[in-house]
Amino acid sequence: MTLHLDKKPLEQDLTVVDLKKLAYRMRRQIIDMAVSAGGGHIAPALSAVEILISLYFRVLRINPEDPQWPERDRFILSKGHGCCALYAVLAERGFLHRDALKTFCQDGHAMGGHPEYGKIPGVETSTGSLGHGLSIAIGISLAAKNDGNTCRSFVLLGDGECNEGSVWEAAMSASQFQLDNLVAIVDYNKLLATGFIKDVMALEPFAMKWKSFGWEVREVNGHDINEVSRTLNEVPFAEKRPSVVIAHTVKGKGVSYMENNPVWHYRLPNKEELLQAYKELNEGLQSLT
Amino acid sequence: MRNAFIKAVYEQAGKDNRVYMLNADIGVFVFDDFKRDFPKRYINLGVAEANMIGVAAGLVLSGKVPFVYTIAPFVTMRCLEQIRVDVCLQNLNVKIVGVGAGLAYGVLGPTHHAIEDIAIMRALPNITVISPGDPWEAYEATKASVRHEGPVYIRLAKSGEPSLVEHRHNAFQIGKGVTLREGKDATLIATGCMVKNALCVAQKLFCEGINLRVINMHTIKPIDHDIILESARDTGAIFTMEEHSVIGGLGSAVAEVLAEESTEKVQFLRIGFKDTFCEVVGSREYLLAKHGLDVPSVSKMVANSLRGSPVQ
Ligand SMILES: Cc1ncc(C[n+]2csc(CCOP(=O)(O)OP(=O)(O)O)c2C)c(N)n1
Repeated sequence: MTLHLDKKPLEQDLTVVDLKKLAYRMRRQIIDMAVSAGGGHIAPALSAVEILISLYFRVLRINPEDPQWPERDRFILSKGHGCCALYAVLAERGFLHRDALKTFCQDGHAMGGHPEYGKIPGVETSTGSLGHGLSIAIGISLAAKNDGNTCRSFVLLGDGECNEGSVWEAAMSASQFQLDNLVAIVDYNKLLATGFIKDVMALEPFAMKWKSFGWEVREVNGHDINEVSRTLNEVPFAEKRPSVVIAHTVKGKGVSYMENNPVWHYRLPNKEELLQAYKELNEGLQSLT
Repeated sequence: MRNAFIKAVYEQAGKDNRVYMLNADIGVFVFDDFKRDFPKRYINLGVAEANMIGVAAGLVLSGKVPFVYTIAPFVTMRCLEQIRVDVCLQNLNVKIVGVGAGLAYGVLGPTHHAIEDIAIMRALPNITVISPGDPWEAYEATKASVRHEGPVYIRLAKSGEPSLVEHRHNAFQIGKGVTLREGKDATLIATGCMVKNALCVAQKLFCEGINLRVINMHTIKPIDHDIILESARDTGAIFTMEEHSVIGGLGSAVAEVLAEESTEKVQFLRIGFKDTFCEVVGSREYLLAKHGLDVPSVSKMVANSLRGSPVQ
């Protein structure tokens, strides 16, 4: 048990190059899951791949053998529609059997287009309706403080999700309660479902908003595993304050025609497009070896 | 149904400059024509449903007729208090439109299913609740909602629903159920996409010697008392069928009328989701079958019930 209480995440012998390779494999996995299911959100998952890899391989104190370990760090995918990336990383990390990914959105299975609590090991709470995750994490963090539990809560939010008023109600209460065991990460890919967020409901000055709500803010390149992990391993950024990492990302990252294109929020590639995606991901992977 | 709604709202906006279209970040491109031709009257509020309803209420207080639109659970339950207080309490002319009725978003899971929305909306004073059975009806309901003074909830499926050609000769009228098929042995009252299934059930049971009347109850509130009582009198048995919980929806609305007003002894059964979320995901068809709401299951349930055998 001392292993779990160590400040570092569970020991992994993977190098950054290994993790970068993993990112390519996960992207392919995400696309394959959605395509074979005939549904699911690809581009929103692609934008969060490096964030999830950093969390699950470099940051979170978790034990796949014991998903209910009381001292584990909690991760909540508040932008639940990005779940293909979560399922893929949970499989990579051993919470799920790889074959389970084949049941994604299949008739009669529990692994749906949004993650559900109690049905998938490693999923800490049901999400899918945007703007809920941060409040739930506050409840978990408050209980941890009261119980002297050293676990931390990490929540991944979408930038569009931050349009929801409930996100800011939660943000206000996290600093009121001095939750330095709470970390929000925003997948700031600059797009929501119907276009660019600056044209629909702008968030800027975004870092200042969080700051004025009492959070300590860092900004990172959300596709740089080193930078994301290093930053997340520095939490809490300030004593008695919640931490937020604004991760600048690209929606659809890794597949050129999906990148920064609002059409791909909820669309599946056709045969030709699929081959093109495979080709680009393969070339990326080759360039690392 | 979504496209029929969008076409109707576009046409209404052309005729009536009070018509506004408010969206909470869904449907990339589907409102492009509206945006191009009525740019000031298209407002995308981002992922913020509660704000959208409040803004709509404010527009009504300044003489506008706003439609608010997003996925059904989010346009009803996410912003329920705004609907109750800002819209219904003040009896304001907001037209609430939810896409993805019932299990239209089957694989996206329970957060995206809408199987309690009718019950919740129906409980609010002043609101009219419409659940169209096909694209034509969605189009007509949208038009009628502009003529109607007061809050309206229109519950749309998604896309690709078959038309129910049978009722084209009937003008759409809020609050008036439509008899789609005559029958004397029992009455099947359905709403939304279940109307099509009800017709299939009737067809199937006809071959087994059971002659069902089928009613399309596109308006759930106000419910058509006359057509319910008349069917009770004529057929002595009423079944309701909806892609919704049996609690508070069409079945409850019909039961209330029968319990309080019918002078006959009527056999009665509600067919819908039995106080449960979907435990697994799947296509709409898969999940309907799993919950006993597909044509074969409903046919069996109705036949058994009429023959006095156990229903399940
Ligand atoms: C409360 C709620 N409203 C609307 C939706 C539908 N919806 C799903 S994803 C999405 C856009 C989210 O954008 P963002 O948070 O930026 O995530 P991204 O896909 O860009 O990563 C919307 C509106 C939802 N799931 N929940």
